[in-house]
Amino acid sequence: MTTTIQPADIGSAAGDSVAVSVASLITDAPVPHPTLVKTFAAMMAREFRVLRRTAGSTFVRAVMQPLLFAFVFAYVLPKIGSGFSLGPSSATARAAAPGGINFSTILVPGLMASMFLMQGMFGTTIPLVSELSWQRTIEDRALAPIPISVFAVQKITAGAVQAFIGALIVFPIVAFVHAPGQAPSIHVTNWFLFALIMVSASTVTATLGLLLGTAVDPRKIQVLFAVVLLPATMLGCVYYPWAALHSIRWLQILVLINPMVYMSEGLRAVLTPSLPHMPLWAVLLALVGGTIVFGSLAVRTFRNRVIN
Amino acid sequence: MTIATAPATAPRPPGSEDAAIRTEDLRKTYKSGRGDVEAVRGIDLDIPQGEFFGLLGPNGAGKSTTIGMLTTLVMPTSGRAWVAGHDVTKAPVAVKRRIGVVTQNNTLDMELTVTENLEFRSRFFGLPKRTASSRAGQLIEAFGLGDRRNAMADKLSGGQARRLLIARALVHQPDVLFLDEPTAGLDPQTRVNLWDILRVLHGQGQTILLTTHYMEEAEALCDRIAIVDHGKVLAEGTVDELKNDADAVTVVTVRFEQPVPAGFAQRTGLSGRPGVTKVEAEGDQLRVFSSEPEGLLGELLALAAADGLHVRDASTLNPSLETVFLTLTGREYRE
Repeated sequence: MTTTIQPADIGSAAGDSVAVSVASLITDAPVPHPTLVKTFAAMMAREFRVLRRTAGSTFVRAVMQPLLFAFVFAYVLPKIGSGFSLGPSSATARAAAPGGINFSTILVPGLMASMFLMQGMFGTTIPLVSELSWQRTIEDRALAPIPISVFAVQKITAGAVQAFIGALIVFPIVAFVHAPGQAPSIHVTNWFLFALIMVSASTVTATLGLLLGTAVDPRKIQVLFAVVLLPATMLGCVYYPWAALHSIRWLQILVLINPMVYMSEGLRAVLTPSLPHMPLWAVLLALVGGTIVFGSLAVRTFRNRVIN
Repeated sequence: MTIATAPATAPRPPGSEDAAIRTEDLRKTYKSGRGDVEAVRGIDLDIPQGEFFGLLGPNGAGKSTTIGMLTTLVMPTSGRAWVAGHDVTKAPVAVKRRIGVVTQNNTLDMELTVTENLEFRSRFFGLPKRTASSRAGQLIEAFGLGDRRNAMADKLSGGQARRLLIARALVHQPDVLFLDEPTAGLDPQTRVNLWDILRVLHGQGQTILLTTHYMEEAEALCDRIAIVDHGKVLAEGTVDELKNDADAVTVVTVRFEQPVPAGFAQRTGLSGRPGVTKVEAEGDQLRVFSSEPEGLLGELLALAAADGLHVRDASTLNPSLETVFLTLTGREYRE
């Protein structure tokens, strides 16, 4: 084979120096030895770098909701009158715990559950919107030397980490923001079960985020938040234990399709075991089973979106 | 540069042990509600190591889809393809380890800086953190991005972004470098600089597959070219071979004020003129393909005048890839 075209006028001095240094790129290059673990770890390192860079806005986004909730329900409402008979401080609390447990105690697990959902979905769904848009910046990492399914698992892991951190933020907030005597009464009785609930709640929201982010047209993400995030939060047993819904039986059954119910109830089981809560086996079945089902679906939809 | 050897169990394409890229009847059909679109309709390529190969064709010819299949991001509908000895559908990870890809879109990681884009890509390919960092520094200097090293990727100009995309594709010393329309949308100076870089890489033995819709780009850079249109390879070879295959014709085109009368070429004896290989009349346009073009345009104008035709404009295309495309497709090359 012969080269028929001679390099034409390679002109400027700048061009020459670039040319020389480019040549050394090939001769002096280090030899890479990628492995699945190294690549996965490097991709997680990339997520942490981005998270660190956007720490300010991520923190504000994560803190506002629990802060306002704690302020209104644990400070304002108790302050504006003991006779104020809005649901939380009276009916639900009485139904839930006759022993005079304050509302902030009921609220903590629910707030954490809503943080899981919001942060987990923000962590996976929102980046996908830009990565899958017409520039398809997702191709950058899709070309990393790992199977696309492992790339999907990496995205789930990154979202789960954000969800986990988001839920933990609730603790310091509720510890400080409350009216006198309204501090939540929570303590971890079984650290293993607590960790298990925390991790499975994080992964189930991240798989859900990846599934929705890849199954739904990125331009309709706003709609997704209106029809998924809002109802899930409002009907996720955030403000009342699931048992308290027994007087509205149809709703009590209907909300069982909401993954948030299991997060709230699971956290009640490990943080406030004296309050009524679902049995742990049911919670773990739903959270772990949900992770597996949504996860395998999400890997498939992700693959279909990345590979044409 | 050597191609990494595949495990003994990997399917090897017969008779092309040293091919960098090989395809067999590669096809891609996109299914959609409004009917199927056959983007690639049976492409066979055999590109040896160290070659600078060009896929040349107009927009929508199927070039990007072909590159997509070779780089594992598009799943072939049928046919097979091997890159660096590995089957693209059966061993995509092995293929991804050995290729560098410069996509047509700007797929830089917009959440990261210039340096981080290179460092993390290096680490994705298993380089230790410190090596990744020195490699990034080396690439930044080589590609003249020194004063932009801490800029976020979305703040780069078009030319800077393209240079970074190429640098990023080279971090792990790929066996094959794919470039999809690397100079589209760039100003002429930046384009020439990129050409210089690609020539140097090629000179160092880098195997390159480039797609372009610029004929002069393919002509200036590539050892061999495949002309692609409507998902098929129309012709393949060196620039000289392609020109000779098409009989190195000059194409003279004349447009008249009115439609070309039927039988004009026969009546005037134009088809019988020495060297004329083909005469095409289409609407108000007459196209004469000839290997002996001296005096042809003048003769043509005289014949037209004698026939009472008014000439609007006339043009002559000397033998080039453009006339090759015209001869092969009967259509003018649209970029």
